[in-house]
Amino acid sequence: MNYAMISYIMGVIMNAEAALMLLPLAVSLIYRDGCVLPFLIPILLLAIIGVLLVHRKPENTTIFAREGFVVVAGAWIVVSLFGALPFVISGEIPNYIDALFETVSGFTTTGASILTDIEGMSRSLLFWRSFTHWVGGMGVLVFIMAIIPLAGGRSVYLMRAETPGPSVGKLVPKMRSTAMILYGIYILLTVLEVTLLKCGGMPFFDCLINSFGSVGTGGFAIKSASIGYYDNAYFDIVITVFMILCGINFNLFYLILTGHVLQALKSEELRCYLGIILAATLVITYDILSLYDGVAEALRYAVFQVASIITTTGFATADFNLWPPLSRTILVVLMILGASAGSTGGGLKTARLIILLKSIVRDIKKALHPRSFNVIQYEGKPVEESVVSGVGSYFALYMVISVVSILLISANEYDFTTTVTAVIACFNNIGPGLELVGPMGGYAHFNAFSKIILTLDMLMGRLEIIPLIMLASPAVWRHGKTKRRSL
Amino acid sequence: MKIIIVGDGKLGSTLTEQLSSEGHDITVIDHQSSVLNNSVNMHDVIGIQGNGASYDIQMEAGVPRSDLVIAATSSDELNILCCIVAKKLGAKNTIARVRNPEYSKQLQMMRDELGLSMVVNPEREAAREIARNLRFPSALNIDLFARGRVELVELRINKDSPIANKTLSQIGSLYKEKFLVCAVNRGNEVYIPTGNFVLHEGDRIHVTSPASDTMSLFSSLGIVHQKIRKVMIVGGGRITLYLTQQLLEMGVEVTIIEKEAERSRILCEYLPRANIINGDGTDREVLEEESIHEMDAFVALTGLDEQNIIVSMYAASCGVPKVLTKIDHILFPEIFTNTGIESVISPIRSTANQIIRFVRAMQNSLSSSNIETLHKLVGSRVEALEFRVKQKAPYVEVPLRKLETRDNTLIACILRDGMTIIPGGNDVIKLNDRVIVVAKNGNIQDLRDILK
Repeated sequence: MNYAMISYIMGVIMNAEAALMLLPLAVSLIYRDGCVLPFLIPILLLAIIGVLLVHRKPENTTIFAREGFVVVAGAWIVVSLFGALPFVISGEIPNYIDALFETVSGFTTTGASILTDIEGMSRSLLFWRSFTHWVGGMGVLVFIMAIIPLAGGRSVYLMRAETPGPSVGKLVPKMRSTAMILYGIYILLTVLEVTLLKCGGMPFFDCLINSFGSVGTGGFAIKSASIGYYDNAYFDIVITVFMILCGINFNLFYLILTGHVLQALKSEELRCYLGIILAATLVITYDILSLYDGVAEALRYAVFQVASIITTTGFATADFNLWPPLSRTILVVLMILGASAGSTGGGLKTARLIILLKSIVRDIKKALHPRSFNVIQYEGKPVEESVVSGVGSYFALYMVISVVSILLISANEYDFTTTVTAVIACFNNIGPGLELVGPMGGYAHFNAFSKIILTLDMLMGRLEIIPLIMLASPAVWRHGKTKRRSL
Repeated sequence: MKIIIVGDGKLGSTLTEQLSSEGHDITVIDHQSSVLNNSVNMHDVIGIQGNGASYDIQMEAGVPRSDLVIAATSSDELNILCCIVAKKLGAKNTIARVRNPEYSKQLQMMRDELGLSMVVNPEREAAREIARNLRFPSALNIDLFARGRVELVELRINKDSPIANKTLSQIGSLYKEKFLVCAVNRGNEVYIPTGNFVLHEGDRIHVTSPASDTMSLFSSLGIVHQKIRKVMIVGGGRITLYLTQQLLEMGVEVTIIEKEAERSRILCEYLPRANIINGDGTDREVLEEESIHEMDAFVALTGLDEQNIIVSMYAASCGVPKVLTKIDHILFPEIFTNTGIESVISPIRSTANQIIRFVRAMQNSLSSSNIETLHKLVGSRVEALEFRVKQKAPYVEVPLRKLETRDNTLIACILRDGMTIIPGGNDVIKLNDRVIVVAKNGNIQDLRDILK
């Protein structure tokens, strides 16, 4: 274990977070909401600790997969621990566990909130809350790698540990250029959405917040009624489109930008993802037809909600808690499916679903024809067996974590739907669930223990479980002590 | 530059490592995904699985927009096909590895007729390096600079050497031959020495001197130059074939020990004048029978590094004055001290260096970096770089003693109008000079980088 390199990268991350916090500080200065100190203190803390850690670049910069996982998991925890400070220092979320829940919910692009009075919060804190979505959406380490080269040739371990999906590839040979391209596309999408919302007459501050929420597929809004507050079909459509776009694998945007439009449109995952959205929207529209006047209105609410849930954003324009059981169940299923691999969304990912289904078909075939030989094809290429079995065990792990969390949360003695959907909504980084944690509800009433469990669920969902388990496993840490032996 | 490497074997991965660390955009193509995974994990590169000569794979790798395609698969024919396809798709330059001796006479023709930029033959390159070493048996290794006008010679300081236990400035005033000690390897440490540095017994020093002076320098230093007359080679592979041809031309008597009868027969066909023994080179009896004790030099060229190391150690213990060992995989030069293994030949590394030199030259024509050639010394820990002074700069026309250079860098040699200057404090760098710099901590892209 290369501890020197781990602490060096941690230092860089802390400095980066200090720099990112300058933005809400500026917001605070602009709106004069009295939150200068709550940001200044963490900035100074982060900067000082960061500089101390970065002070000496370690001689041995070699990292392996092990260090990659530890750095990524550690980074997300550290960033969240410090990111929660402004809420506590300002006194607007006095309880640190609540503040941590809110911050992790932000960075992991969950959007689950313990706030009961959102409109009463300071603007700079609201900005920070949503800005964490934007940073967490594409990844904290990917962001840093776009700016400074970390860990030389081995940085692929960092990207792999942070980026969601069964197998992660680079767009171009250089890690740094890849990170820059990804963030370039990301920034472009954000700017486009802000512009389009502004053109529709939304206040600039709201444009920023809602764009951070949808491009990062986070879901923090600044109104209790979420996007429903504006009650404007144009905003609904713009936000729907951007949520769906950001649930697409960003590699496809790169293909389109480099002129390979046809190749991008042929993507199996894209077709499957859009197919699910279309099917879910049609069924829900038909199901809720009686609740709204006319097909157009039902369609507007249905497509927004489907897009919001499948991309794991969690915005709401309607209280889907009141929808018929079929629609509610479809939404819960969409929560688990999640967006495409390599997007900013969470959940199980469409790519995994496709590989999982294909391997089930293969296994059934194998039972019928024991001697049959079959290679799973995905995106026109054979999938390596290690990836197939990796997807299988990821799914098993995913179920285990879900069940254990549901058991632990059920101690709250809430009804079954609330308990189950709270875990599903946090673990898949959506935000709102059903019943008490529905779009108009919140997580404030859970006890501290449940909040910690849900916080861990959010982190595990965003980082796809393995890095956090690595961090907690003693075998990883023991490794460092036994290896020193002179030649 | 955008470089595509086809074939991720020994040569491919050495090139990947070196070129990606120099900041090029590397795409690696190989048909085996496990090998590719290794490269992608360890270096900042992208990997594509498939046949590198196929149109689809080349398009996916972006060959049409690439600056260089290097074909280094195990098959000569595939490499050539790869380069032809790449060239037709629009790659600017192509390099193919062709190692079959049957093609060796047509390399030039193939290069010109098929439009390749370069054809490399690792075995022939290695054989040349060995032959050069055997010409100067007292040196451990010899590198050439500036198209052979400057030699960088590695020597070992013996107990009774006249330069042991003296500072470098003392030594400088003792001899009329111009030379400069640029790097000293002592134990596991490498030093770029200054004037006050004292040489000890057992140090391995790297010395630059004009090629014409090397001989007389050796005799001044009390190193007896003994011509090699009898050479024993263990292993009858491709390097042996090329090497023996060269050695026979030099009038050296060659004994080759080859294990396989069929291979021995083929060697006989190609090398009628060599003494070919069909026997096991690791068998002491065989070596003694062929009188290893009387040999002037011993070269271990079997396919196994371990075997080469063992037989070389044995040869050294038998008192053979010059022992050369081929080592391709094992990259721990520090463990060889005091084992008798002093001159190590690595065909893969020499070929990689040859290609990297080509890449650097290509880049020079594109960018502002001025490195003309680069040699890695002392297990890659020290670099010797050749620069060309193309324009006026702060270091031009200033006496060297007034230049504030960085620690662990040294101006080893200046070449001006066919003259080789081993510089002292009063010498100056002039426009259009070629300057050779020795530096310990890489990152020197321009002559300006050596200044503080």
